[in-house]
Amino acid sequence: LSSNQGNMGRLELLQTLSGHQGRVWNVAWNPRGDILASCGEDKTIRLWTTEGTSGQGDSIVGNWVCRSTLVDAHQRTIRAVAWSPCGNRLASASFDATTAVWERRIQQSGGLIRGKEFECVATLEGHESEVKSVSWARSGRLLATCSRDRSVWIWEVENGEDEELEGEFECAAVLNSHSQDVKRVAWHPERDLLASASYDDTVRLYMEDQAHGEWSEIAVLSSHTSTVWGLSWEVQRGEKTEVGCRLATCGGDGSVKIWQEFGPNNTEGVAPGPNGYPTWKCICTLSGHHGGRPVYDVSWCPCTGYIATACGDDAIRIFGEAVGGDSIDFGTPSVELLATQRSAHLQDVNSVTWNPTVPGLKGALCSARMSSG
Amino acid sequence: MAKLEKLENLNPKLFRRCDDRVISSEEQDENVCDEFDNREIFDLIRSINDPEHPLTLEELNVLEINNIHILKTFLKHVVFHVDNQNNEINVRFTPTIPHCSMATLIGLSIQVQLLRALPTRFKVSVQVTPGSHASESAVNKQLADKERVAAALENTYLLEVINQCLTLKQGA
Repeated sequence: LSSNQGNMGRLELLQTLSGHQGRVWNVAWNPRGDILASCGEDKTIRLWTTEGTSGQGDSIVGNWVCRSTLVDAHQRTIRAVAWSPCGNRLASASFDATTAVWERRIQQSGGLIRGKEFECVATLEGHESEVKSVSWARSGRLLATCSRDRSVWIWEVENGEDEELEGEFECAAVLNSHSQDVKRVAWHPERDLLASASYDDTVRLYMEDQAHGEWSEIAVLSSHTSTVWGLSWEVQRGEKTEVGCRLATCGGDGSVKIWQEFGPNNTEGVAPGPNGYPTWKCICTLSGHHGGRPVYDVSWCPCTGYIATACGDDAIRIFGEAVGGDSIDFGTPSVELLATQRSAHLQDVNSVTWNPTVPGLKGALCSARMSSG
Repeated sequence: MAKLEKLENLNPKLFRRCDDRVISSEEQDENVCDEFDNREIFDLIRSINDPEHPLTLEELNVLEINNIHILKTFLKHVVFHVDNQNNEINVRFTPTIPHCSMATLIGLSIQVQLLRALPTRFKVSVQVTPGSHASESAVNKQLADKERVAAALENTYLLEVINQCLTLKQGA
């Protein structure tokens, strides 16, 4: 992505990866940004790396190839994949009502180390129907899943990040606040604060009450007029904002919204929420950009602060915050469209994600392209 | 047919089937580029069976040819756009009764038929005719949710029912 040359930036296609059979639903970068995981209708997860490199940074520009295919853990579509913060674990959410956890383990044969491969080490069961999304908390000790059954589950990972898992997952909470199908869960980049997005048009936030050790809903974000499909926290620290005090959401109403947290003693004079919890307000709505089509995913770049969207009109769009915009009303940001890649794919774009280490490199974008992915 | 305890609509009003389409010599010519028209889309779905009655959707007037639109919106002033078509197909159907619990299933059958028969570039949108169903917005929202549609089509029982609706009967 070359940005801000003139007014409009330009998106450049670096590579097209094919291999999946049928629709590709989701893509995710590992924390180092040198492995891309993809999943879809064909019940497989594919891991992609650049050919012959294991380094960081410059490896992005190489030729991406499928390094391994993870199979046999799910009976139905794999809807989403998520990396643990250490990058050694991967979780996959499936329409078969389970979530699988994969771990990178040293493969030995005849006393020789053959390499590190991912093995399925746990299957989390409990949801009554399709699992739609999965997310790891920053600490790596909590995992969240959500489902068509309207619930959000929080799982505790029993042992530490560096030890091997032996199926050590315990359900810490079942949250039933949504009235419909829950589409997405995403943990805050630093805190144990969870956001969920639903077919009931709302986003909900959850925290653990330290005194009682119980998880509960602390805020309802209502403003979208249709299904909320995507959620992305702001990871970069802004001039006036803390890490993760803003959240971008997108949905079936074709809009993207930016929400901001207002703590108990905020200078803007926003009244605090119940029990002294922060209040979340929609401070910006980007509408009219997506041709009335659903926006299926949104990704807020941790390096550049750009916001990318995946849309049902086959396009990818990039938005950026105008620098030096006046921030009088609650720090209302002035966000503008920087680039549009029409026909980025031949069908709906389902997922968009920024590479976490290389500024401006657009992570993988995946489409619903049949048979070639 | 799906086995049902009792019929919801005991006495449906029947409509006469329209005449078969006349296929022109131009349409049979492989060298002539020929776009999808209303009548072709109509033919793809007219013979879908009602889940409850041994009748087609056309005979029950669930579909009317005038409600089927293939939008051909040409973009103006966009010189670099190679494909001028929007690749959109919007179908509106009218359930036989306003409380028809089969509305979602009928809509799904139409959607599946079109997804199977048409090139993948088309965006197929299936909705109930405004004002024709008590849960209009709920039915429309569900049919527009491609994730739920995809999950429904992985349900073996549901897929069997849909396939039965889509199977052409003798003489139909």
